[in-house]
Amino acid sequence: MIEIKNLHKSYKMGSNSLHVLKGINFSVEEGELVAIMGSSGSGKSTLLNILGMLDELDDGSYDLDGVPIKDLNETKAANYRNKFLGFVFQSFNLINYKSAMENVALPLYYQRVARKERQEKALKYLEQVGLREWAEHLPSELSGGQKQRVAIARAMAAEPKVLLADEPTGALDSKTSYEVMDLIQKINDQGNTILIVTHEPDIADMCKRIVHLKDGVIIEDKKIEQVRAAQYVQ
Amino acid sequence: MFDIERWQEIFDTIRKNKLRTALTGLSVSSGIFILVILLGFGQGMQNGIAEEFKEDAATSLWVWPNRTTIEYNGLNPGRRIQLRNENFETITTSMGADFEKASMLYFPRDVKVVYNNDLLVYNVAGTNGDLQTIENEYLSEGRFINETDVQQNAKVVVISNKIKREVFSEVETPIGEYLTISGAGFRIVGVFGEHGEDEGEEERMFVPITTAQLTFNGADKINNMNFMLPELESFDEMVANNTAFTEQLSRYLKQKHNVSPDDDRAIRIWNPIQEAKRFFSLMDGIKLFFWVVGFFTIIAGVVSVSNIMLIVVKERTREIGIRKALGAKPWSIIGMIMHEAIFVTSISGFAGLIFSMGLLELVGPHVEVDYILNPSVDFNVAFSTVILLIIAGTLAGFFPAWKAVKVQVIEALRDE
Repeated sequence: MIEIKNLHKSYKMGSNSLHVLKGINFSVEEGELVAIMGSSGSGKSTLLNILGMLDELDDGSYDLDGVPIKDLNETKAANYRNKFLGFVFQSFNLINYKSAMENVALPLYYQRVARKERQEKALKYLEQVGLREWAEHLPSELSGGQKQRVAIARAMAAEPKVLLADEPTGALDSKTSYEVMDLIQKINDQGNTILIVTHEPDIADMCKRIVHLKDGVIIEDKKIEQVRAAQYVQ
Repeated sequence: MFDIERWQEIFDTIRKNKLRTALTGLSVSSGIFILVILLGFGQGMQNGIAEEFKEDAATSLWVWPNRTTIEYNGLNPGRRIQLRNENFETITTSMGADFEKASMLYFPRDVKVVYNNDLLVYNVAGTNGDLQTIENEYLSEGRFINETDVQQNAKVVVISNKIKREVFSEVETPIGEYLTISGAGFRIVGVFGEHGEDEGEEERMFVPITTAQLTFNGADKINNMNFMLPELESFDEMVANNTAFTEQLSRYLKQKHNVSPDDDRAIRIWNPIQEAKRFFSLMDGIKLFFWVVGFFTIIAGVVSVSNIMLIVVKERTREIGIRKALGAKPWSIIGMIMHEAIFVTSISGFAGLIFSMGLLELVGPHVEVDYILNPSVDFNVAFSTVILLIIAGTLAGFFPAWKAVKVQVIEALRDE
């Protein structure tokens, strides 16, 4: 699904150049649940930016579902993002003046899905994350865990090929974190490919594979025995 | 523009951001409102001043001769110019000029006015009937000099209120009494008064011009000529007409009396409308002032609209990032923000326009203050101002929106 070869990325900071990613080789199969770990400054955010087509790579290649991601203009990148990728963020990033349902329906608006169909689909995904009856509520009326579940529903609504989660449990307590991870595992069980950036080992252990980044290179890439989050959730 | 989904999205946004929308709308409509009211009262002041001076702006002009000051055709300067009947007749009959009234005055010298053996010290002037209108004199009793008097050299005299008061206080009416002027008896036929002038102007009595010239050895001499031009629709036309007539008059008289064309002091023509014109230039100044104030009001409006758009876009940076992560194309985001901005500024701008113009329409005609009359505003000016504000607001929103769209999504969304 994801094929990255010899990826380099550096940022210019004044006269100095900061080499952030120093030759990453990395591939993800369909249906995998991968945790990307590393301390801050290890380059995991940059990698996620590039994976999310929000930044361009300097050198190397990146194929997503067989499509080379290269020299994209803004419009094309937007199209690919909409078609291939779903994002989940640490701080949820729901639009605060839109209801849960409208938030979930938003990516469909950019897919030019008709209003009625958008609402039906949005409700379907809210149902999946267990928030059907919260559809008309504003984000401010939801708890952190509920917000993140709405965000996950929104990421899933566009039916992306890959779900990119940037510290999805970073702002949640552990109980709620496990609930969210339980949801993510269930989505993964349905065959969706998911990448999670995290620095929490217990969250990483709930994935099927852990990739360790340090100073811009992968120092460890191992498949693990998945810990099911369901056992922590009553 | 006609994308229904886009409109729904915009209406959703507006409905759910009532305060933001209301503030933007309020600043735009109050800007327009203030501007229109300001321009309206500028116009009202102009109308008011025009009205005040229209009453005073007599369309008359006065001609009197003097001494020449420039040597011309071998004639020395200092020569006294004497107007004659012939001049007046040429002007009134063959110059084809457009005037309504024309009168001439002859001031005989060394005349003695006697009543009941008392010597009176008043001036005597010969004139014709038109003078009454030109000098704006009213009749208290009897009648003024008329054409028949002039044709028949009638020995009649019209006295002023002041003379009546000072000399004829003992008789019931001076009409029918006789004055002896340089030995000839003149019957009093009327009493006149001057409008608004102090009584110094009422030191005169009038006799028919022909009688004056015959009786007091005036021959065909005249001292003054007065003309009244028609009132025209616009002041500018009146000024133009007046100036044209003045020039025609001056050219003829100078030629006739061998006066240098450059010698404006030899034959004086006094033109009150030129005085009025000076007030109108003052008014142009006032108008300019209002425009300058109006201009800065527009600038202030533009700045405040721009400011609000900047804040609105800044506030929405995060939302822009989210939309971008969800696959919104840059132009669709910019388009949406612009679309909303144009919609809000247009609606509120035109609301302000309609409200202020409605107020001017309603209140304007009832304003009764000196120097302010019927404040109103040129619709086109106000309309263009609204358009200008909309464009300014749009441009002001565009650049920050463009910048916001270029921001790195992950960074924008991660920082709380």
